[in-house]
Amino acid sequence: MAVQLPAEFIVNVDNERCRKCKRCIVSCGFSALEFRNKVTPIHRRCVACQRCAAFCPEDAITITENQMAYKYNYSWTPEIRKNILKQAASGGVLLGGMGNPKPYPIYWDHMLIDACQVTNPSIDPLREPMELRTYLGAKPDTLEFSGEYGNVKLETELAPQLKLDIPVVFAAMSYGAISLNAHKALAMAAKRMGTMMNTGEGGLHESLVSYKDNIIVQVASGRFGVTGEYLNNSAAVEIKIGQGAKPGIGGHLPGVKVGGDVSKTRMIPAGTDALSPAPHHDIYSIEDLSQLIFALKEATGYSKPVSVKIAAVHNIAAIASGVVRAGADIVTIDGFRGGTGAAPVVIRDHVGIPVELALAAVDDRLRQEGIRNRASLLIGGSIRQSADVVKAIALGADAVIIGTAALIAMGCRLCQKCYTGNCSWGIATQRPELVNRLDPHAGADMLSFLLNGWSNEIKEVLGSLGINAVESLRGSRERLRGIGLDEQALKILGIKHAGIGQ
Amino acid sequence: MKIDAKDMQHRQLNMTIRDAVESGNTGLELDNVNGQRYIGGGMDGDVKITINGTPGNDLGSFMNGTEIIVNANAQDGIANTMNDGRIIIHGSVGDIIGYGMRGGKLYIKGNVGYRVGIHMKEYEDKVPVIIAGGTAGDFFGEYMAGGIMILLGLGSDNGVVGDYVGTGMHGGVIYIRGEVDPRDLGKEVAALEPGEDDMKLIVPLLKEYCGCFGFDFDEVMSRGFTKLVPLSHRPYGEMYVY
Repeated sequence: MAVQLPAEFIVNVDNERCRKCKRCIVSCGFSALEFRNKVTPIHRRCVACQRCAAFCPEDAITITENQMAYKYNYSWTPEIRKNILKQAASGGVLLGGMGNPKPYPIYWDHMLIDACQVTNPSIDPLREPMELRTYLGAKPDTLEFSGEYGNVKLETELAPQLKLDIPVVFAAMSYGAISLNAHKALAMAAKRMGTMMNTGEGGLHESLVSYKDNIIVQVASGRFGVTGEYLNNSAAVEIKIGQGAKPGIGGHLPGVKVGGDVSKTRMIPAGTDALSPAPHHDIYSIEDLSQLIFALKEATGYSKPVSVKIAAVHNIAAIASGVVRAGADIVTIDGFRGGTGAAPVVIRDHVGIPVELALAAVDDRLRQEGIRNRASLLIGGSIRQSADVVKAIALGADAVIIGTAALIAMGCRLCQKCYTGNCSWGIATQRPELVNRLDPHAGADMLSFLLNGWSNEIKEVLGSLGINAVESLRGSRERLRGIGLDEQALKILGIKHAGIGQ
Repeated sequence: MKIDAKDMQHRQLNMTIRDAVESGNTGLELDNVNGQRYIGGGMDGDVKITINGTPGNDLGSFMNGTEIIVNANAQDGIANTMNDGRIIIHGSVGDIIGYGMRGGKLYIKGNVGYRVGIHMKEYEDKVPVIIAGGTAGDFFGEYMAGGIMILLGLGSDNGVVGDYVGTGMHGGVIYIRGEVDPRDLGKEVAALEPGEDDMKLIVPLLKEYCGCFGFDFDEVMSRGFTKLVPLSHRPYGEMYVY
């Protein structure tokens, strides 16, 4: 006998205020509201994405947790019991969307930034130029010049670089996992703000080719939509080895989401599962990785930086060192709070390490080995605000990637149901009527405004630190202090505890 | 145009090839090739490259329309993510050939290694073809999502293919000359008897293949084929609970 699970949320409709415009019913991508003489919620279907409440002209809808659905028990939480019931009914692997929601320590929130007072004056960013521009790519060990004073020529051949006007790049999210309108918004915003978006492993839709100078194209084990043309319609190429939300496992876009245009962009028949297993089947060693890096460099005439994206795991420092030695120009490290369209919950919530610790360990290791200049570090997987960007750069990152923050800017309410394809906000869906809700121009505006706000905030912080370029902050861990951290964490992060001077 | 690849590193050799093609050469002959990787990488256009010697890994990777003829054995990763063109190998080859291949043809005279045609895909008129004359290692057609693979096993009576044939296969079709022991098959494939449509599909391909190597077509057709197809386009569709 099938027993229904209790509703997670209760949708409260204030019938006094409701004027029966039915906008909420149309809004819900999960069909959790019906009209039976009045707006009638079907609580069990509600995922608390808040679309109905956000668009109710009378503020007549509120959504609350169904608290007594599972009697309180500290050990057997509602989530654990719900999962057991689901698995007992189906035998399936639990699937989740977005990033790890568990209350693990967030090290960003245990780091404080320095500021200048009296002896080393701060800089006023309102009237002094502040440089946020940064370049990603391999830097030479030495620079050689020829000629004489007044006519000096650089002899060293520089590796290709990605120019960023703000050290924030949109993280890899595939067309398929998110909608074309979301992809367009990211591309437009990247172009407007002088940064990059990343196609993820789902190919590049033909309508985005004109944005190629602001696009990083990804190559993953499934090789979806990867052609020579795709590789060259880009500013850089990224090999996806791992993803913070699901280290060690691959991607799997269900066939039901592989419709007309997704199928065309991925170059696979409609309705086929798009399987992208964890290992690249030609990569079982650093030497093999090097082979793919150089295959891509050959295919793009050595004109673009090649990034390798890896998930933050226990041995990340040694792995990153190997990746740099394999020839990567950029190493992208994704922490365990990074988002995803779909991942087994057991992996999302329990595998990997925080990117703060991974970043510090990798930067240390690359410096110790004298190879930090050979690759730039892009890090992500929980960058939520400009303060996180500043802290990441002070810890040693060249720039950061944002995925979840970008989706929130476009409307995402973190209901974590991306894998259902029913996203009421038109982001993680391919249903045309839902996709149409996200106007790419409006989305691009929201993303650009967000980056603009962060950009001004970063400038403020740089000014308060008494420096006028983001380059001057990179790896400057002396400007960070830990708060509420134990000795071990301070040691790994390479920072002193707050209260300790120089 | 002849290019002497002796003592050249891959980057230098491939640059020389690209420059030669850009200046209008459509026929190139590379002598003394000895392990240089990525030959033909990302190349397109109506160009024919003849290789004397053994090319290194990733021959023709991301290639889009060139023809490569190798007068020797070749190594791993041939036709990696190849989109179009034709590669003819007058010898045997290594592992993971045709990885993610989406178009064009890869004809091998001799044996092929492990994981051949892994992630091979097709889309509309892009239907890649791999034909090998000899035997194959394990995981033939692993995760195969499209395209056509034919294994002839010429000169071998049985055991022409290794274990786990078509593991994770969810598209495309494999034809193996002779019988295949069911215990060698991955659990995602079904073995069928080829029908008339199958013959219509493979006969022209096999004629072209035999023409490349001077094989006797009638002799090749003197044994029947086993056809392998995926049981589902969504082999893991039932694995998850939402």
